[in-house]
Amino acid sequence: MKILVCISKVPDTTAKIAFTENNTKFDTNGVQFIVNPYDEWYALVRGLEIKEAQGGSVTVLNVGGAENDPTIRKALAIGADDAVRINFEAKDALATATQIAEFAKAENYDMVLFGKETIDYNGSQVGGMVAALLDQPFISNASKLEMDGNKGKVERDIQGGKEVIEVEAPFVLSAAKGMAEARIPNMRGIMAARTKPLKVVEASASADATEVVSYELPPAKGDVKLVDADNPAELLELLRNEAKII
Amino acid sequence: MNVIVYANTNQNKVHKSAFEATSYASQFASKHGGKVTALATAEAEGLEELGKYGADKVLQINDSKLADFKPELIAQALKAAAEAEQAEVVVLSHDLSGKSVAPILAALTKGGLVSGAVDLPNTDDGFVVKKAVFSGKAFAHTKINAEMKIISVMPNSIEKKENSKESNIESFDAALGDSRLNVVEQKMESTDLPLTEADKVVSAGRGLKGPENWEIIEELAKELGAATACSRPVSDMDWRPHHEHVGQTGVAIRPNLYIAIGISGAIQHLAGVNQSKVIVVINTDPEAPFFKSADYGIVGDAFDVVPKLIEAAKEMNLASN
Repeated sequence: MKILVCISKVPDTTAKIAFTENNTKFDTNGVQFIVNPYDEWYALVRGLEIKEAQGGSVTVLNVGGAENDPTIRKALAIGADDAVRINFEAKDALATATQIAEFAKAENYDMVLFGKETIDYNGSQVGGMVAALLDQPFISNASKLEMDGNKGKVERDIQGGKEVIEVEAPFVLSAAKGMAEARIPNMRGIMAARTKPLKVVEASASADATEVVSYELPPAKGDVKLVDADNPAELLELLRNEAKII
Repeated sequence: MNVIVYANTNQNKVHKSAFEATSYASQFASKHGGKVTALATAEAEGLEELGKYGADKVLQINDSKLADFKPELIAQALKAAAEAEQAEVVVLSHDLSGKSVAPILAALTKGGLVSGAVDLPNTDDGFVVKKAVFSGKAFAHTKINAEMKIISVMPNSIEKKENSKESNIESFDAALGDSRLNVVEQKMESTDLPLTEADKVVSAGRGLKGPENWEIIEELAKELGAATACSRPVSDMDWRPHHEHVGQTGVAIRPNLYIAIGISGAIQHLAGVNQSKVIVVINTDPEAPFFKSADYGIVGDAFDVVPKLIEAAKEMNLASN
Protein backbone atom coordinates (compact mmCIF):
# COMPACT_ATOMS: atom_id res chain seq x y z
CA MET A 1 0.00 0.00 0.00
CA LYS A 2 1.28 3.39 -0.97
CA ILE A 3 -0.27 5.74 1.56
CA LEU A 4 -0.36 9.53 1.68
CA VAL A 5 -1.35 11.23 4.94
CA CYS A 6 -2.10 14.93 4.73
CA ILE A 7 -1.23 16.83 7.88
CA SER A 8 -2.00 20.36 8.93
CA LYS A 9 -0.07 22.52 11.38
CA VAL A 10 -2.37 23.98 14.04
CA PRO A 11 -2.04 25.85 17.33
CA ASP A 12 -1.96 23.59 20.37
CA THR A 13 -5.42 22.90 21.84
CA THR A 14 -4.63 24.98 24.91
CA ALA A 15 -3.23 27.96 22.96
CA LYS A 16 -4.63 31.38 23.74
CA ILE A 17 -6.56 32.62 20.73
CA ALA A 18 -5.89 36.28 19.90
CA PHE A 19 -5.64 38.37 16.75
CA THR A 20 -3.44 41.20 15.51
CA GLU A 21 -3.43 43.78 12.71
CA ASN A 22 -6.94 44.96 13.36
CA ASN A 23 -8.27 41.44 13.88
CA THR A 24 -7.11 40.19 10.51
CA LYS A 25 -4.22 37.92 11.57
CA PHE A 26 -3.96 35.12 14.10
CA ASP A 27 -1.52 36.13 16.82
CA THR A 28 1.17 33.43 16.80
CA ASN A 29 3.09 35.08 19.62
CA GLY A 30 3.90 32.44 22.24
CA VAL A 31 1.76 29.82 20.49
CA GLN A 32 2.96 26.22 20.32
CA PHE A 33 2.17 24.48 17.06
CA ILE A 34 1.33 20.81 16.72
CA VAL A 35 0.26 18.35 14.05
CA ASN A 36 -3.54 18.61 13.82
CA PRO A 37 -4.68 15.95 16.33
CA TYR A 38 -7.13 14.17 14.01
CA ASP A 39 -4.48 13.99 11.28
CA GLU A 40 -1.92 12.60 13.71
CA TRP A 41 -3.87 10.34 16.05
CA TYR A 42 -6.23 8.83 13.56
CA ALA A 43 -5.10 9.24 9.94
CA LEU A 44 -1.35 8.91 10.40
CA VAL A 45 -1.41 6.13 13.00
CA ARG A 46 -3.95 4.07 11.03
CA GLY A 47 -1.83 4.57 7.90
CA LEU A 48 1.21 3.27 9.78
CA GLU A 49 -0.72 0.26 11.10
CA ILE A 50 -1.85 -0.67 7.60
CA LYS A 51 1.69 -0.34 6.30
CA GLU A 52 3.00 -2.47 9.16
CA ALA A 53 0.46 -5.19 8.37
CA GLN A 54 0.64 -5.14 4.58
CA GLY A 55 3.91 -3.48 3.68
CA GLY A 56 4.28 -0.32 1.62
CA SER A 57 5.06 3.23 2.57
CA VAL A 58 3.57 6.19 4.42
CA THR A 59 4.34 9.67 3.18
CA VAL A 60 3.15 12.74 5.08
CA LEU A 61 2.27 15.85 3.14
CA ASN A 62 1.88 19.39 4.39
CA VAL A 63 1.01 22.54 2.51
CA GLY A 64 2.84 25.54 3.94
CA GLY A 65 6.05 27.46 4.37
CA ALA A 66 9.42 26.40 5.80
CA GLU A 67 8.20 27.40 9.28
CA ASN A 68 6.14 24.18 9.20
CA ASP A 69 9.17 21.89 8.97
CA PRO A 70 9.54 21.25 12.73
CA THR A 71 5.88 20.16 12.86
CA ILE A 72 6.38 17.89 9.84
CA ARG A 73 9.39 16.30 11.62
CA LYS A 74 7.05 15.39 14.50
CA ALA A 75 4.99 13.30 12.09
CA LEU A 76 8.17 11.67 10.83
CA ALA A 77 9.11 10.87 14.45
CA ILE A 78 5.85 8.98 14.86
CA GLY A 79 6.88 6.75 11.99
CA ALA A 80 6.14 8.15 8.52
CA ASP A 81 8.82 7.16 6.00
CA ASP A 82 9.21 10.48 4.31
CA ALA A 83 7.59 13.88 3.97
CA VAL A 84 6.62 16.34 1.30
CA ARG A 85 5.95 20.01 1.83
CA ILE A 86 4.25 21.97 -0.91
CA ASN A 87 5.55 25.48 -0.64
CA PHE A 88 2.27 27.36 -0.66
CA GLU A 89 0.43 29.48 1.88
CA ALA A 90 -2.65 27.45 2.74
CA LYS A 91 -5.34 30.08 3.19
CA ASP A 92 -8.19 28.67 1.14
CA ALA A 93 -9.34 25.06 1.18
CA LEU A 94 -9.92 24.71 -2.56
CA ALA A 95 -6.54 26.21 -3.44
CA THR A 96 -4.89 23.92 -0.87
CA ALA A 97 -6.75 20.88 -2.19
CA THR A 98 -5.74 21.79 -5.74
CA GLN A 99 -2.08 21.77 -4.69
CA ILE A 100 -2.43 18.39 -2.98
CA ALA A 101 -4.33 16.84 -5.89
CA GLU A 102 -1.78 18.11 -8.43
CA PHE A 103 0.97 16.43 -6.46
CA ALA A 104 -0.91 13.22 -5.63
CA LYS A 105 -2.09 12.66 -9.21
CA ALA A 106 1.39 11.81 -10.42
CA GLU A 107 2.20 9.57 -7.46
CA ASN A 108 -0.68 7.05 -7.69
CA TYR A 109 -1.33 6.59 -3.98
CA ASP A 110 -3.58 3.73 -2.93
CA MET A 111 -5.14 5.94 -0.31
CA VAL A 112 -4.99 9.55 0.78
CA LEU A 113 -5.87 10.02 4.45
CA PHE A 114 -6.96 13.16 6.31
CA GLY A 115 -8.22 13.94 9.82
CA LYS A 116 -11.94 14.76 9.96
CA GLU A 117 -11.23 18.47 10.39
CA THR A 118 -8.52 20.82 11.60
CA ILE A 119 -8.88 22.32 15.06
CA ASP A 120 -8.08 25.83 13.78
CA TYR A 121 -10.36 26.51 10.82
CA ASN A 122 -12.77 23.59 11.55
CA GLY A 123 -13.48 23.31 7.86
CA SER A 124 -13.85 19.60 7.02
CA GLN A 125 -13.18 20.65 3.45
CA VAL A 126 -9.82 19.71 1.97
CA GLY A 127 -10.29 15.90 2.02
CA GLY A 128 -13.54 15.91 0.08
CA MET A 129 -12.15 18.41 -2.39
CA VAL A 130 -9.04 16.34 -3.04
CA ALA A 131 -11.23 13.28 -3.63
CA ALA A 132 -13.31 15.15 -6.19
CA LEU A 133 -10.25 16.62 -7.91
CA LEU A 134 -8.68 13.16 -8.14
CA ASP A 135 -12.03 11.66 -9.17
CA GLN A 136 -11.80 9.16 -6.33
CA PRO A 137 -14.42 8.06 -3.80
CA PHE A 138 -14.51 10.00 -0.52
CA ILE A 139 -15.41 8.49 2.84
CA SER A 140 -15.78 11.15 5.51
CA ASN A 141 -15.67 10.77 9.29
CA ALA A 142 -14.53 7.16 9.15
CA SER A 143 -14.09 5.47 12.51
CA LYS A 144 -12.75 2.13 11.22
CA LEU A 145 -10.70 1.05 8.21
CA GLU A 146 -9.73 -2.55 7.52
CA MET A 147 -7.75 -3.41 4.39
CA ASP A 148 -7.67 -6.82 2.77
CA GLY A 149 -5.29 -6.40 -0.13
CA ASN A 150 -6.88 -3.79 -2.33
CA LYS A 151 -10.29 -4.04 -0.69
CA GLY A 152 -11.25 -1.74 2.12
CA LYS A 153 -14.01 -2.11 4.67
CA VAL A 154 -14.84 1.19 6.30
CA GLU A 155 -17.16 2.29 9.06
CA ARG A 156 -18.24 5.90 8.85
CA ASP A 157 -20.31 8.07 11.15
CA ILE A 158 -23.65 9.17 9.72
CA GLN A 159 -26.47 11.18 11.34
CA GLY A 160 -27.76 8.97 14.13
CA GLY A 161 -25.55 5.96 13.55
CA LYS A 162 -22.86 4.26 11.53
CA GLU A 163 -22.60 2.87 8.05
CA VAL A 164 -20.39 0.05 6.81
CA ILE A 165 -18.96 0.65 3.34
CA GLU A 166 -16.89 -1.45 0.98
CA VAL A 167 -14.51 0.40 -1.29
CA GLU A 168 -11.59 -0.53 -3.45
CA ALA A 169 -8.36 1.46 -3.43
CA PRO A 170 -7.63 4.12 -4.52
CA PHE A 171 -9.79 6.29 -2.27
CA VAL A 172 -9.68 9.36 -0.04
CA LEU A 173 -10.77 9.13 3.58
CA SER A 174 -11.14 11.46 6.56
CA ALA A 175 -10.58 9.83 9.93
CA ALA A 176 -12.46 10.30 13.21
CA LYS A 177 -12.28 8.85 16.70
CA GLY A 178 -12.10 5.07 16.85
CA MET A 179 -9.76 4.76 13.88
CA ALA A 180 -6.58 4.25 15.93
CA GLU A 181 -4.92 4.97 19.25
CA ALA A 182 -2.50 7.89 19.43
CA ARG A 183 1.20 6.98 19.43
CA ILE A 184 3.88 8.77 21.38
CA PRO A 185 7.14 9.13 19.47
CA ASN A 186 10.08 7.40 21.14
CA MET A 187 13.67 8.61 21.22
CA ARG A 188 14.67 6.40 18.31
CA GLY A 189 11.84 7.80 16.22
CA ILE A 190 12.78 11.37 17.08
CA MET A 191 16.45 10.72 16.16
CA ALA A 192 15.47 8.99 12.92
CA ALA A 193 13.10 11.82 11.99
CA ARG A 194 16.03 14.24 11.72
CA THR A 195 17.45 12.45 8.73
CA LYS A 196 14.30 11.22 7.00
CA PRO A 197 13.70 12.86 3.61
CA LEU A 198 11.59 16.03 3.56
CA LYS A 199 11.07 17.06 -0.01
CA VAL A 200 9.95 20.59 -0.84
CA VAL A 201 7.75 20.92 -3.90
CA GLU A 202 7.05 24.27 -5.52
CA ALA A 203 3.38 25.19 -5.80
CA SER A 204 1.41 25.35 -9.01
CA ALA A 205 -0.75 28.37 -9.76
CA SER A 206 -4.18 28.40 -8.09
CA ALA A 207 -6.69 31.04 -7.07
CA ASP A 208 -8.24 31.41 -3.63
CA ALA A 209 -12.00 30.82 -3.68
CA THR A 210 -12.37 32.27 -0.18
CA GLU A 211 -10.45 34.58 2.16
CA VAL A 212 -10.84 35.47 5.82
CA VAL A 213 -11.43 39.22 6.00
CA SER A 214 -11.53 39.46 9.78
CA TYR A 215 -11.70 37.50 13.01
CA GLU A 216 -13.82 38.14 16.05
CA LEU A 217 -13.66 36.87 19.62
CA PRO A 218 -16.94 35.86 21.22
CA PRO A 219 -18.23 38.28 23.85
CA ALA A 220 -16.71 37.58 27.24
CA LYS A 221 -18.86 35.28 29.32
CA GLY A 222 -20.34 37.03 32.35
CA ASP A 223 -19.80 35.59 35.80
CA VAL A 224 -21.50 32.34 36.59
CA LYS A 225 -24.70 32.74 38.59
CA LEU A 226 -24.53 30.30 41.48
CA VAL A 227 -27.56 28.61 42.91
CA ASP A 228 -27.65 27.19 46.44
CA ALA A 229 -27.15 23.42 46.48
CA ASP A 230 -29.98 23.09 49.00
CA ASN A 231 -32.46 24.66 46.63
CA PRO A 232 -31.80 23.34 43.10
CA ALA A 233 -35.40 24.13 42.13
CA GLU A 234 -34.25 27.73 41.83
CA LEU A 235 -32.03 26.66 38.95
CA LEU A 236 -35.01 25.45 36.97
CA GLU A 237 -36.89 28.67 37.75
CA LEU A 238 -33.94 30.67 36.37
CA LEU A 239 -33.75 28.50 33.28
CA ARG A 240 -37.45 29.01 32.70
CA ASN A 241 -37.93 32.67 33.61
CA GLU A 242 -34.53 34.25 32.99
CA ALA A 243 -32.84 32.16 30.31
CA LYS A 244 -36.23 31.12 28.91
CA ILE A 245 -35.04 27.79 27.63
CA ILE A 246 -37.20 25.28 29.46
CA MET B 1 -29.68 35.30 -6.34
CA ASN B 2 -31.37 31.94 -6.67
CA VAL B 3 -30.54 29.42 -3.99
CA ILE B 4 -30.43 25.63 -3.99
CA VAL B 5 -30.86 23.81 -0.69
CA TYR B 6 -29.80 20.24 -0.10
CA ALA B 7 -32.77 18.64 1.67
CA ASN B 8 -30.97 15.73 3.21
CA THR B 9 -33.02 12.69 4.01
CA ASN B 10 -32.31 9.55 5.94
CA GLN B 11 -34.42 6.44 6.14
CA ASN B 12 -37.12 8.15 4.06
CA LYS B 13 -37.49 11.16 6.30
CA VAL B 14 -36.45 14.73 5.68
CA HIS B 15 -33.84 15.55 8.26
CA LYS B 16 -34.45 18.33 10.79
CA SER B 17 -31.30 20.08 9.58
CA ALA B 18 -32.79 20.33 6.08
CA PHE B 19 -35.53 22.60 7.43
CA GLU B 20 -32.90 24.79 9.08
CA ALA B 21 -30.96 25.00 5.81
CA THR B 22 -34.17 25.85 3.94
CA SER B 23 -35.02 28.57 6.42
CA TYR B 24 -31.48 29.97 6.11
CA ALA B 25 -31.81 30.05 2.31
CA SER B 26 -35.25 31.61 2.52
CA GLN B 27 -34.12 34.36 4.92
CA PHE B 28 -31.26 35.14 2.54
CA ALA B 29 -33.48 35.10 -0.56
CA SER B 30 -36.16 37.32 0.94
CA LYS B 31 -33.48 39.93 1.61
CA HIS B 32 -31.72 39.71 -1.73
CA GLY B 33 -34.40 38.43 -4.09
CA GLY B 34 -34.29 35.10 -5.83
CA LYS B 35 -35.99 31.76 -5.57
CA VAL B 36 -35.30 28.94 -3.15
CA THR B 37 -35.30 25.45 -4.58
CA ALA B 38 -34.84 22.45 -2.33
CA LEU B 39 -33.38 19.28 -3.78
CA ALA B 40 -34.17 15.91 -2.25
CA THR B 41 -32.44 12.83 -3.55
CA ALA B 42 -35.05 10.34 -2.41
CA GLU B 43 -38.73 10.02 -1.77
CA ALA B 44 -39.20 11.10 1.79
CA GLU B 45 -41.74 11.96 4.40
CA GLY B 46 -41.85 15.70 5.02
CA LEU B 47 -40.94 17.03 1.56
CA GLU B 48 -44.14 19.08 1.41
CA GLU B 49 -43.16 20.69 4.70
CA LEU B 50 -40.08 22.32 3.09
CA GLY B 51 -42.46 24.92 1.65
CA LYS B 52 -43.40 25.95 5.16
CA TYR B 53 -39.84 27.16 5.74
CA GLY B 54 -39.61 29.02 2.48
CA ALA B 55 -38.84 26.63 -0.38
CA ASP B 56 -40.47 27.97 -3.54
CA LYS B 57 -40.07 24.62 -5.19
CA VAL B 58 -38.96 21.12 -4.25
CA LEU B 59 -37.08 18.99 -6.74
CA GLN B 60 -36.99 15.29 -6.16
CA ILE B 61 -34.70 12.83 -7.84
CA ASN B 62 -35.77 9.23 -8.14
CA ASP B 63 -32.68 7.30 -9.05
CA SER B 64 -31.78 3.90 -7.69
CA LYS B 65 -28.13 5.00 -7.64
CA LEU B 66 -29.06 7.24 -4.73
CA ALA B 67 -30.73 4.55 -2.64
CA ASP B 68 -27.76 4.78 -0.27
CA PHE B 69 -25.89 7.90 0.75
CA LYS B 70 -23.41 8.59 -2.06
CA PRO B 71 -21.83 11.99 -1.45
CA GLU B 72 -20.21 12.35 -4.87
CA LEU B 73 -23.49 11.62 -6.66
CA ILE B 74 -25.42 14.02 -4.44
CA ALA B 75 -22.82 16.68 -5.26
CA GLN B 76 -23.35 15.99 -8.96
CA ALA B 77 -27.11 16.29 -8.51
CA LEU B 78 -26.77 19.60 -6.64
CA LYS B 79 -24.53 20.94 -9.38
CA ALA B 80 -27.08 19.95 -12.03
CA ALA B 81 -29.90 21.54 -10.01
CA ALA B 82 -27.90 24.76 -9.57
CA GLU B 83 -27.38 24.92 -13.33
CA ALA B 84 -31.03 24.20 -14.06
CA GLU B 85 -32.23 26.86 -11.62
CA GLN B 86 -29.45 29.33 -12.42
CA ALA B 87 -28.52 29.40 -8.75
CA GLU B 88 -25.31 30.99 -7.49
CA VAL B 89 -25.75 29.90 -3.90
CA VAL B 90 -26.05 26.37 -2.49
CA VAL B 91 -26.96 25.83 1.16
CA LEU B 92 -26.42 22.58 3.06
CA SER B 93 -26.34 21.62 6.71
CA HIS B 94 -22.92 21.28 8.33
CA ASP B 95 -23.91 17.91 9.68
CA LEU B 96 -22.32 14.61 8.72
CA SER B 97 -24.07 14.65 5.34
CA GLY B 98 -23.03 18.20 4.49
CA LYS B 99 -19.45 17.55 5.59
CA SER B 100 -19.29 14.85 2.94
CA VAL B 101 -21.14 16.56 0.12
CA ALA B 102 -20.19 20.25 0.38
CA PRO B 103 -16.44 19.93 -0.31
CA ILE B 104 -17.05 17.67 -3.30
CA LEU B 105 -19.56 20.16 -4.67
CA ALA B 106 -17.08 23.00 -4.17
CA ALA B 107 -14.43 21.12 -6.14
CA LEU B 108 -16.89 20.23 -8.94
CA THR B 109 -18.11 23.82 -9.31
CA LYS B 110 -14.83 25.59 -8.40
CA GLY B 111 -16.97 27.20 -5.74
CA GLY B 112 -16.05 28.91 -2.51
CA LEU B 113 -17.23 27.01 0.55
CA VAL B 114 -17.80 28.36 4.04
CA SER B 115 -18.51 25.44 6.32
CA GLY B 116 -20.25 25.82 9.65
CA ALA B 117 -21.88 29.22 9.01
CA VAL B 118 -23.49 30.75 12.11
CA ASP B 119 -25.12 33.77 10.49
CA LEU B 120 -26.65 34.94 7.21
CA PRO B 121 -24.24 36.25 4.57
CA ASN B 122 -23.34 39.92 4.76
CA THR B 123 -23.29 41.46 1.29
CA ASP B 124 -22.28 45.02 2.18
CA ASP B 125 -18.81 44.46 0.77
CA GLY B 126 -18.72 41.27 -1.25
CA PHE B 127 -20.25 38.07 0.10
CA VAL B 128 -19.04 37.47 3.65
CA VAL B 129 -20.14 34.62 5.91
CA LYS B 130 -19.46 34.30 9.63
CA LYS B 131 -18.30 30.93 10.92
CA ALA B 132 -16.91 29.55 14.16
CA VAL B 133 -13.16 28.78 14.16
CA PHE B 134 -10.59 27.54 16.68
CA SER B 135 -13.11 25.04 18.04
CA GLY B 136 -15.58 27.72 19.05
CA LYS B 137 -13.01 30.08 20.58
CA ALA B 138 -13.41 32.66 17.79
CA PHE B 139 -15.30 33.55 14.63
CA ALA B 140 -14.00 34.24 11.14
CA HIS B 141 -15.71 36.46 8.60
CA THR B 142 -14.95 34.68 5.37
CA LYS B 143 -15.42 36.27 1.98
CA ILE B 144 -16.35 34.06 -0.95
CA ASN B 145 -14.72 35.29 -4.13
CA ALA B 146 -15.79 32.44 -6.42
CA GLU B 147 -18.89 32.72 -8.56
CA MET B 148 -20.53 29.70 -6.91
CA LYS B 149 -21.11 30.30 -3.23
CA ILE B 150 -21.57 27.26 -1.02
CA ILE B 151 -22.58 27.54 2.61
CA SER B 152 -22.98 24.74 5.12
CA VAL B 153 -24.97 25.93 8.11
CA MET B 154 -23.97 24.93 11.63
CA PRO B 155 -26.87 22.96 13.11
CA ASN B 156 -28.88 24.77 15.75
CA SER B 157 -27.34 28.19 14.99
CA ILE B 158 -30.00 29.78 12.81
CA GLU B 159 -33.51 30.41 14.03
CA LYS B 160 -35.89 28.41 11.90
CA LYS B 161 -38.57 30.80 10.66
CA GLU B 162 -41.78 29.84 8.97
CA ASN B 163 -42.34 31.49 5.62
CA SER B 164 -45.05 29.48 3.97
CA LYS B 165 -44.85 29.07 0.21
CA GLU B 166 -47.03 27.13 -2.14
CA SER B 167 -44.29 24.81 -3.17
CA ASN B 168 -44.78 22.05 -5.67
CA ILE B 169 -42.80 18.85 -5.68
CA GLU B 170 -41.36 18.28 -9.14
CA SER B 171 -39.34 15.35 -10.28
CA PHE B 172 -35.83 16.13 -11.47
CA ASP B 173 -33.47 14.14 -13.63
CA ALA B 174 -29.74 14.50 -13.41
CA ALA B 175 -27.16 12.47 -15.26
CA LEU B 176 -25.25 10.84 -12.44
CA GLY B 177 -21.98 8.95 -12.64
CA ASP B 178 -21.31 5.69 -10.87
CA SER B 179 -20.27 5.55 -7.25
CA ARG B 180 -17.44 3.29 -6.18
CA LEU B 181 -18.80 3.15 -2.64
CA ASN B 182 -20.83 0.12 -1.71
CA VAL B 183 -22.91 0.58 1.44
CA VAL B 184 -23.34 -2.84 3.03
CA GLU B 185 -24.92 -1.99 6.35
CA GLN B 186 -26.44 0.81 8.42
CA LYS B 187 -26.24 0.56 12.18
CA MET B 188 -28.59 3.10 13.68
CA GLU B 189 -28.43 3.93 17.36
CA SER B 190 -31.53 3.06 19.30
CA THR B 191 -31.83 6.53 20.77
CA ASP B 192 -34.80 8.64 19.71
CA LEU B 193 -32.87 11.85 20.13
CA PRO B 194 -29.46 12.02 18.45
CA LEU B 195 -27.10 14.20 20.44
CA THR B 196 -26.24 16.64 17.67
CA GLU B 197 -29.91 17.44 17.18
CA ALA B 198 -30.97 17.75 20.79
CA ASP B 199 -32.04 21.16 22.09
CA LYS B 200 -31.09 20.15 25.60
CA VAL B 201 -28.31 17.87 26.78
CA VAL B 202 -27.57 16.47 30.23
CA SER B 203 -23.97 15.31 30.42
CA ALA B 204 -22.00 13.66 33.18
CA GLY B 205 -18.38 12.86 33.93
CA ARG B 206 -16.12 10.95 36.25
CA GLY B 207 -17.74 12.69 39.21
CA LEU B 208 -20.55 10.13 38.91
CA LYS B 209 -18.07 7.46 40.12
CA GLY B 210 -19.41 4.55 38.09
CA PRO B 211 -21.80 3.49 35.31
CA GLU B 212 -24.26 2.13 37.85
CA ASN B 213 -24.99 5.69 38.95
CA TRP B 214 -26.27 6.94 35.60
CA GLU B 215 -29.89 6.37 36.48
CA ILE B 216 -30.24 9.86 37.93
CA ILE B 217 -28.66 11.38 34.81
CA GLU B 218 -31.06 9.54 32.55
CA GLU B 219 -34.00 10.45 34.72
CA LEU B 220 -33.09 14.13 34.79
CA ALA B 221 -32.65 14.07 31.02
CA LYS B 222 -36.06 12.46 30.65
CA GLU B 223 -37.71 15.06 32.85
CA LEU B 224 -36.13 17.88 30.84
CA GLY B 225 -36.70 16.28 27.44
CA ALA B 226 -32.93 16.20 26.97
CA ALA B 227 -30.43 13.83 25.39
CA THR B 228 -27.66 12.32 27.50
CA ALA B 229 -23.93 12.77 26.91
CA CYS B 230 -20.67 12.13 28.72
CA SER B 231 -17.05 13.22 29.00
CA ARG B 232 -14.12 11.46 27.40
CA PRO B 233 -12.88 9.45 30.43
CA VAL B 234 -16.38 8.08 30.93
CA SER B 235 -16.55 6.81 27.35
CA ASP B 236 -12.93 5.59 27.45
CA MET B 237 -13.73 3.51 30.53
CA ASP B 238 -16.82 2.17 28.72
CA TRP B 239 -19.17 3.47 31.37
CA ARG B 240 -21.20 4.94 28.51
CA PRO B 241 -21.40 4.27 24.78
CA HIS B 242 -18.85 6.09 22.61
CA HIS B 243 -21.45 8.01 20.63
CA GLU B 244 -22.31 9.90 23.83
CA HIS B 245 -18.80 11.35 24.14
CA VAL B 246 -18.83 15.10 23.60
CA GLY B 247 -15.67 17.15 23.31
CA GLN B 248 -12.91 17.80 20.87
CA THR B 249 -12.33 14.17 19.91
CA GLY B 250 -15.94 13.13 20.29
CA VAL B 251 -19.01 14.95 19.05
CA ALA B 252 -19.21 18.73 18.99
CA ILE B 253 -22.66 20.02 19.94
CA ARG B 254 -24.38 23.36 20.37
CA PRO B 255 -27.66 22.79 22.17
CA ASN B 256 -29.69 25.57 23.79
CA LEU B 257 -29.03 24.05 27.18
CA TYR B 258 -26.01 22.01 28.28
CA ILE B 259 -25.96 20.70 31.84
CA ALA B 260 -22.57 19.30 32.89
CA ILE B 261 -22.59 17.18 36.02
CA GLY B 262 -19.34 16.04 37.62
CA ILE B 263 -17.25 17.27 34.67
CA SER B 264 -14.31 19.51 35.56
CA GLY B 265 -14.25 21.27 32.18
CA ALA B 266 -10.92 20.49 30.54
CA ILE B 267 -10.26 22.63 27.48
CA GLN B 268 -10.72 19.60 25.20
CA HIS B 269 -14.19 19.06 26.62
CA LEU B 270 -15.07 22.74 26.31
CA ALA B 271 -14.08 22.70 22.64
CA GLY B 272 -17.01 20.40 21.98
CA VAL B 273 -19.64 22.26 23.98
CA ASN B 274 -18.64 25.92 24.28
CA GLN B 275 -21.08 27.02 21.59
CA SER B 276 -24.05 25.89 23.67
CA LYS B 277 -26.38 28.80 24.36
CA VAL B 278 -26.70 28.23 28.12
CA ILE B 279 -24.27 26.16 30.16
CA VAL B 280 -25.09 24.85 33.64
CA VAL B 281 -22.34 23.27 35.75
CA ILE B 282 -22.90 21.08 38.80
CA ASN B 283 -19.68 20.15 40.58
CA THR B 284 -18.47 19.53 44.12
CA ASP B 285 -15.29 21.49 43.43
CA PRO B 286 -15.88 25.26 43.41
CA GLU B 287 -12.51 25.63 41.64
CA ALA B 288 -13.54 23.42 38.69
CA PRO B 289 -12.53 25.36 35.57
CA PHE B 290 -15.92 24.67 33.98
CA PHE B 291 -17.56 27.28 36.25
CA LYS B 292 -15.65 29.99 34.34
CA SER B 293 -17.50 29.03 31.13
CA ALA B 294 -20.87 28.48 32.79
CA ASP B 295 -23.94 30.68 32.92
CA TYR B 296 -25.39 28.95 35.96
CA GLY B 297 -23.75 26.74 38.53
CA ILE B 298 -24.37 24.71 41.62
CA VAL B 299 -21.49 23.82 43.92
CA GLY B 300 -22.64 20.55 45.35
CA ASP B 301 -22.70 16.79 45.24
CA ALA B 302 -24.44 15.34 42.19
CA PHE B 303 -25.95 12.55 44.28
CA ASP B 304 -27.60 15.15 46.45
CA VAL B 305 -28.41 17.86 43.87
CA VAL B 306 -29.61 15.82 40.90
CA PRO B 307 -32.42 13.92 42.70
CA LYS B 308 -33.70 17.27 43.99
CA LEU B 309 -33.59 18.65 40.46
CA ILE B 310 -35.56 15.66 39.22
CA GLU B 311 -38.19 16.27 41.89
CA ALA B 312 -38.40 19.95 41.02
CA ALA B 313 -38.64 19.19 37.29
CA LYS B 314 -41.47 16.75 38.01
CA GLU B 315 -43.31 19.37 40.01
CA MET B 316 -42.93 21.88 37.21
CA ASN B 317 -44.09 19.18 34.83
CA LEU B 318 -41.36 20.04 32.33
CA ALA B 319 -41.40 16.71 30.56
CA SER B 320 -44.80 17.44 29.06
CA ASN B 321 -43.64 20.70 27.44
